[in-house]
Amino acid sequence: MAKAAESSGDPGTTSPRPLFAGLSDISISQDIPVEGEITIPMRSHIREFDSSTLNESVQNTIMRDLKAVGKKFMHVLYPRKSNTLLRDWDLWGPLILCVTLALMLQRSSVDSEKDGGPQFAEVFVIVWFGAVTITLNSKLLGGNISFFQSLCVLGYCILPLTVAMLVCRLVLLAEPGPINFMVRLFVVIVMFAWSIVASTAFLADSQPPNRKALAIYPVFLFYFVISWMILTFTPQ
Amino acid sequence: MAAADELAFHEFEEASNLLAETPDAATTSGSDQLTPQGHVAVAVDSGGSYGAEEEAEESDRTALLQEEKQQPGFWTFGYYQSFFDVDTSQVLDRIRGSLLPRPGHNFVRHHLRNQPDLYGPFWICATLAFVLAVTGNLTLVLAQRRDPSIHYSPQFHKVTVAGITIYCYVWLVPLALWGFLRWRKGVRERVGPYTFLETVCVYGYSLFVFIPTVVLWLIPVPWLQWLLGVLALSLSGASLVFTLWPVVREDTSLVAAVLLSTVVLLHALLAVGCKFYFFQPLPLEHLAPPLQATSLPPDVLLPLTPGAKTT
Repeated sequence: MAKAAESSGDPGTTSPRPLFAGLSDISISQDIPVEGEITIPMRSHIREFDSSTLNESVQNTIMRDLKAVGKKFMHVLYPRKSNTLLRDWDLWGPLILCVTLALMLQRSSVDSEKDGGPQFAEVFVIVWFGAVTITLNSKLLGGNISFFQSLCVLGYCILPLTVAMLVCRLVLLAEPGPINFMVRLFVVIVMFAWSIVASTAFLADSQPPNRKALAIYPVFLFYFVISWMILTFTPQ
Repeated sequence: MAAADELAFHEFEEASNLLAETPDAATTSGSDQLTPQGHVAVAVDSGGSYGAEEEAEESDRTALLQEEKQQPGFWTFGYYQSFFDVDTSQVLDRIRGSLLPRPGHNFVRHHLRNQPDLYGPFWICATLAFVLAVTGNLTLVLAQRRDPSIHYSPQFHKVTVAGITIYCYVWLVPLALWGFLRWRKGVRERVGPYTFLETVCVYGYSLFVFIPTVVLWLIPVPWLQWLLGVLALSLSGASLVFTLWPVVREDTSLVAAVLLSTVVLLHALLAVGCKFYFFQPLPLEHLAPPLQATSLPPDVLLPLTPGAKTT
């Protein structure tokens, strides 16, 4: 390496040369191993983000999940063809709704009538096993929706019926009579139609077109049974 | 050349005309000049479409044969998917076939075409179970309107009972029937027995006629209810009998008669049992307790007065 640099010029006679003029003449005869560490500045950012969800306060975590659930409730109440329910599915919302509905629908423990309304476990089983059966049915018919996405959609679309249950409970505080029943019937029918429209908006596109009715009919039956349980609820 | 240009433009019309003409051209020996030209024209101008059709047909046939050959194992999801391989129109056609049984038409051969599905039986049974429970409850509501002393309750346990009864009927009775027919297989030579799923399918679709019947049982007119019940039972039973007849007629007439009458009898038992359990004749039940209540007070009052006197 040094030979080439020395042979290029005499120190006395030549004019001052530019700084790296001789570099182009240099030839590297040996292989110089290049080693070292390459640190990507992004990595440290990701590490910070990961540890931040562990270090954040419990309130932040809960509020984030509650906001996600609330956002999905809004999507159910104003159904548009959007992918939010399908993309970030979660089962918190369906669990909250199912437990609320079952708590309100169960017969009181004092009255152990043989032929009363459903027990808590019966409502729970009907909702969850009904949703699982509909999901399996839709997958067996050839739909391209994932198992938990479908459970998520069916669970969230119980929201209108839970609202109907709350309204029915309030209406039942007034005096019983035919007007009472008519109001409850109207509310339950409207909410039933809303549930069907909401779930169809999300689920219909995942089925092949010649089997859409076959996949939607069980959803109709499912919400019909839940509406029937809500309508026949009598406080003891 | 002009003819070729014409054929090139109006490909399909001319090709179909030529294809219609070629049988005539082939039979007459005098028009030998026509046949090679006709064939050549077909090959050259619509060779693409005709050749493609032939190839498509052959590939379809081979694809079908391959599909029939591979059968996924029963532990895979694909195995169960093959039982749900039906379209909406097919399910509706099968329901129509079970509603209107005709003597010559065999439900299995004509409508199922050896492709039984589990969608129909499963959802028809589920619908029937829920409709039975709901209409049974509705009759209680209507009875309460007429007679306010009747206590209304949602009677949710009837859903469980209805579900278990209907599903057991549609699975266990076809199992017994299938087993019996296979046991008697040696006696028959020509017609083989149906597979288990085909039997389940026949039973499941035959229960469809009960769904509107149960809804119509809301009308509280007893003779109409019995009439509707008999009508539904005859339609449903006829559908079962016409399906089983080709399989059973080669057996001895005693076995055939016993089998068919057992099938109809079990069906009738189901219908009558549902009628009595879910649509109980209420006024008879609720008249008895008030009679007892009116007889009690005189007995209750007498011991009280001596008791009051003594204390």
